[in-house]
Amino acid sequence: MAATGEAVLEVRDLVKHFPLTEGAVFRKQVGVIRAVDGISFDLRRGETLGIVGESGCGKSTLAKLLMGLERPTGGSVRVCGREIADAKGADLKRVRRTIQMVMQDPYTSLNPRMTVGDIIGEPYEIHPDAAPKGDRRRRVQALLELVGLNPDDVNRYPHQFSGGQRQRIGIARGLALQPQILVCDEPVSALDVSIQAQVINLLARLQRELGLAYVFIAHDLSVVRHISDRVGVMYLGKMIELGRDAEIYGQPAHPYTQALLSAAPVPDPDGRERRGRIVLQGDPPSPADPPSGCRFRTRCWKAQDICAQQEPLLQLRPGTWHESACHFAQVHDVMPSF
Amino acid sequence: MNQSTPPFPAWGIPDPVRGVTGTEPLLAVDDLHVEFATRQGTVKAVNGVSYSLNPGETLAVLGESGSGKSVTAQAIMGILDAPQARIPRGRIRFRGTDLLRLKEDARAQVRGRRIAMVFQDALSALNPVFTVGSQIAEMFRVHQGMSRRDAEARAVELMDRVRIPGARQRLHDYPHQFSGGMRQRIMIAMAIALDPEVLIADEPTTALDVTVQAQIMELLAEVQRDSGMGMILITHDLGVVADVADKIVVMYGGRIVENALVHDVYRTPAHPYTKGLLESIPRVDRKGRELYAISGTPPNLLDMPPGCAFAPRCPYRQDNCTTEAPPLYRIGSTRGSACHYWREVLDGSHG
Repeated sequence: MAATGEAVLEVRDLVKHFPLTEGAVFRKQVGVIRAVDGISFDLRRGETLGIVGESGCGKSTLAKLLMGLERPTGGSVRVCGREIADAKGADLKRVRRTIQMVMQDPYTSLNPRMTVGDIIGEPYEIHPDAAPKGDRRRRVQALLELVGLNPDDVNRYPHQFSGGQRQRIGIARGLALQPQILVCDEPVSALDVSIQAQVINLLARLQRELGLAYVFIAHDLSVVRHISDRVGVMYLGKMIELGRDAEIYGQPAHPYTQALLSAAPVPDPDGRERRGRIVLQGDPPSPADPPSGCRFRTRCWKAQDICAQQEPLLQLRPGTWHESACHFAQVHDVMPSF
Repeated sequence: MNQSTPPFPAWGIPDPVRGVTGTEPLLAVDDLHVEFATRQGTVKAVNGVSYSLNPGETLAVLGESGSGKSVTAQAIMGILDAPQARIPRGRIRFRGTDLLRLKEDARAQVRGRRIAMVFQDALSALNPVFTVGSQIAEMFRVHQGMSRRDAEARAVELMDRVRIPGARQRLHDYPHQFSGGMRQRIMIAMAIALDPEVLIADEPTTALDVTVQAQIMELLAEVQRDSGMGMILITHDLGVVADVADKIVVMYGGRIVENALVHDVYRTPAHPYTKGLLESIPRVDRKGRELYAISGTPPNLLDMPPGCAFAPRCPYRQDNCTTEAPPLYRIGSTRGSACHYWREVLDGSHG
């Protein structure tokens, strides 16, 4: 997983606010949901950026913004140097060929009335210049083989496959246009435990063979650690910590990252009585009404007056080698055996 | 955690000597079979499952979808879907009484009051058109004939106990007005309302975020410490099991493939399926390397392979595995493995 210097994805100050409306006939806007609120990062060729965070932190909205499926309220997303945020029509189509997606649920994201061959070949219908008509069937079969399925299965239907095989079909579809970037939104969380490792291995192999860059969104911290070169932690629409995998997991500096890591169950009962666990109180606040200043301060044990007044920026902090957004960032080792 | 319990009984393995003497466990499932009549034929969801639970103990039932782990729990509670479900064989002894032989009204005395259950999906388990206060209070009104006012007062106490902030004000809120974690607390409040002796938690935190999961597991552990009830935790999460369980039953294709004390399973698994699961977990020392992956897919309950259900996926497979279903071999006093080659699995030789 060697990431070479060139950035294939540049995200700057990305913002998405959804209007919160009231009334059925005379709609009026009563507020905004700040789903993604100022996120910046780069992704290099062949690199995997893991995004972790809890439900409602905006990680799936981020995926949609990267794909150009939602129009951002502000900021920019550049895919291989081309802006996707305000691209339209033919431009948007051209950019999208370089960034594709793998969905979470392989049971609902494949059309049950289409054959596997039609599902994987559908991107060619939308982008006819990607493959000449006579060549498509052969390409679909090559894709099936690439993801470890039988090329003779092109005429079968999704229900004839197991969950893990369906996810392979979804991955093959994502690869049809030979993208540079694959956005994977919870690609293994709907699968049985004994199947997850197969799909993780497949994604790692495809990255090695095709030089793909991944944005890997998941809530399972151990899966993200396994596959990622760098990891970003999101909370209420903000990126609160970003660094190399060993930094985030070994030397987390933000209290939320520390709490998140210490709350994750460790699959090893040895020493469980001595394990220091930070149990956060309460639930994350609503993104419609986030706290002033630092968004984590309502659940944070380090919070002071300054946290309510001044928003901490994502930057290098004293004593750390990676960026974190906390006024009192301090490296704290929480998870020795993860 | 359970130093108070007597020396370990030979749980999970029918024992003619100890089965009827003084060390009767709190709950004992014995050779349970459950089948469902479907249009495609009879689905044998549970095939001879036995396990037992002592007071104050946490038993984790680990398995994937279709392994029969939830169906076993539903059989204990007596909430299997009639008329499709049938229990052709087996016993479920609760403090010595076979629940399966009780009449429905006697069964209803046990259900909810002495054996209670927390479900995975709190939003669909709670009634959306009643306030949470009235649903918690209903437990006291139905089972103990309390007045509305007394029952509501108890409901507030319970909501405080499961740490729902502002319990009194939230009594008249509806389930949809609570977050997922808070709804799961309400489910727990209802389950522990009548001080049950057994609590069955079916994937209680699967739908929840990690930080909320930690809160809920801590709450369950605290309730258990206070009351000394036995808990059956049904899950597919190897991490949650390692955190809280005293002993483990691993299920696959409707059977128990391994049972053991929690530390034994994680140190030296004795069944290829358990071993495969543990080896496929991403860990820091496996980063950058290919993960071990169990090949193939879980079995189809309508079309079970002959012999061992895991044989088609098993690296230890020999000829007899596809013809002879392995019994739950006894390994020492506290373990069992349903594998003909458990010795090789324990040694770690080949595979």
